[in-house]
Amino acid sequence: MATTFNDTQMTEFKRLVARYPEGKQKSALLPALHLAQDSFGGWLSTETLDYVASLLQIEPIEVYEVATFYSMYNLKPVGKFVFEVCQTGPCMVSGSDNIIDYIKKTLDIKPGETTKDGMFTLKLVECLGACGYAPMMQVGKIYKEHLTKEKVDSIIAEYRAQAAANN
Amino acid sequence: MGVKLLLDKANVPGIRTYEVYRREGGYRSVEKALKEMTTDAIVEEVKKSGLRGRGGAGFPTGMKWSFIAKPEGVPRHLVCNADESEPGTFKDRYLMEFIPHLLIEGLIVSSYALGSNDTYIYIRGEYAWITDILEEAINEAKAAGWLGKNILGTGFECNIHVQRGGGAYICGEETALIESLEGKRGNPRIKPPFPAIQGLWMRPTVVNNVETLAAVVPIINMGGEEYAKIGVGKSTGTKLISACGNINKPGVYEIDMTISVEEFIYSDEYCGGIKDGKKLKACIPGGSSVPILPANLLLKTAKGETRYMNYESLSDGGFATGSMLGSGGFIVLDEDQCIVKNTYTLARFYRHESCGQCSPCREGTGWMEKILHKIETGKGEMSDIDLLWDIQRKIEGNTICPLGDAAAWPVAAAIRHFRDEFEWHVNNPELAQTSNFGLQHYADPIHVPA
Repeated sequence: MATTFNDTQMTEFKRLVARYPEGKQKSALLPALHLAQDSFGGWLSTETLDYVASLLQIEPIEVYEVATFYSMYNLKPVGKFVFEVCQTGPCMVSGSDNIIDYIKKTLDIKPGETTKDGMFTLKLVECLGACGYAPMMQVGKIYKEHLTKEKVDSIIAEYRAQAAANN
Repeated sequence: MGVKLLLDKANVPGIRTYEVYRREGGYRSVEKALKEMTTDAIVEEVKKSGLRGRGGAGFPTGMKWSFIAKPEGVPRHLVCNADESEPGTFKDRYLMEFIPHLLIEGLIVSSYALGSNDTYIYIRGEYAWITDILEEAINEAKAAGWLGKNILGTGFECNIHVQRGGGAYICGEETALIESLEGKRGNPRIKPPFPAIQGLWMRPTVVNNVETLAAVVPIINMGGEEYAKIGVGKSTGTKLISACGNINKPGVYEIDMTISVEEFIYSDEYCGGIKDGKKLKACIPGGSSVPILPANLLLKTAKGETRYMNYESLSDGGFATGSMLGSGGFIVLDEDQCIVKNTYTLARFYRHESCGQCSPCREGTGWMEKILHKIETGKGEMSDIDLLWDIQRKIEGNTICPLGDAAAWPVAAAIRHFRDEFEWHVNNPELAQTSNFGLQHYADPIHVPA
């Protein structure tokens, strides 16, 4: 995949940079990495990180140290849909263990793995601020809450259908 | 029904839009502040209100504002901390998602008071859809003349920008947040200098929580003195509590800090009691980092007095027998919950979130996670419990930022109050895999509420 923003992405990049004072463009790094990840297949390759560094006119190392610090940046390829299931205290006391086990069994993958068809990646994450609506997981921009086994089934079916429709 | 100042309009259909929000009386505080009040007068009203930071620390907001340096020719910034990440806490999310203009309104007034022309909302990266909601609200407010240049003809300029984080609990700490806003790793800074002197881009900066800034709206509308009449003692105004765990009605509630903990848990207006008719075992009343309390010490203080949902009452007894109101993340555990496992998940959380800057925190959180995992999986030894205690003591107070304390306190409190349950795990490694200690902890003489 080409690591160059298209016109729409570049317009958004410029909007992000414009929010900061002259010379403080490095402040746009975190949002720029989100934009890059969304634009280039859901993960950040070294080439992508270098590209962001060149756009922001900072050293590549400044980008690497940020990309490796924050949990939302994927530094390896991921599936089309990433299930990020919360496992922290409040979700745990509300039954997240059962949901995690069920997803592992249903998709036949372990945390950190991607299904053979490249469709789903399972990630275990720490508290996402949905404790009152537990158990929960994040898929892209969306929170899926009050999870049950039935709900997990329908979410998997929903994304399979979505992928089929886009093909 | 208690007083509601923040969420009183949250259920009005369409309140998320500017049109409805304005029709319901929104943005009056901006008119009042910008047209009728000096910046000093606004700071004075906030001081009079007794408002304390709603992110967890509870520091008086008006005092924090009064510390901001005003060197000639140097821009100042207000930064809104929307990096809500403390396990059990989801109140700011609720406020921003359902009544975003309340935050925008509070930000305009506060920016005016502090002299911030460019104000930033730093929101946790996972709240991506809320970022969209906030940007929409900002665009609406701008179109209606509440943001941008020369607001209400006063010459005051204010722009609000929303920045998403990248997924790091530590960025809720204000100096780590500033580092992150500068495009760096979220490593907390050594203080001093405090952000009020040298913060964002080394400029004078105030960082306030979402709920704190929203509370500025009713304070300006009703006056600081009236606001201070609500609540009790130094717990003035209202507080958002996000309740979760094994209760019938998890959710976000606005309380006026005069209600008892028992009422909050058992009344149908709030949590609606423990789920499935079970019994209350323990509660973490102010976000995962505050001390867990067993039911008997939660509902009553050690002196046998009723415990209330406010700063003073929840911390009555210090850490020996009390806890903290913290962020208002109220986590309830029923009789089937295992204290060892719960503490393990929290220790794992803090290990994951430690920035790695200070050795006691970086190494200590890893040790605590491993030892708790060992006990939880039936491989623990009695000496491990003392080792855990020893490690948490060596973390507490020995780090640049409060994450070290936040990691140490839950472990300390779990051992302090539930040592018998840890010992039971060590003595019954196999049984502990299939059953749990239940309420044995409350065997005579401790009273378990019905």
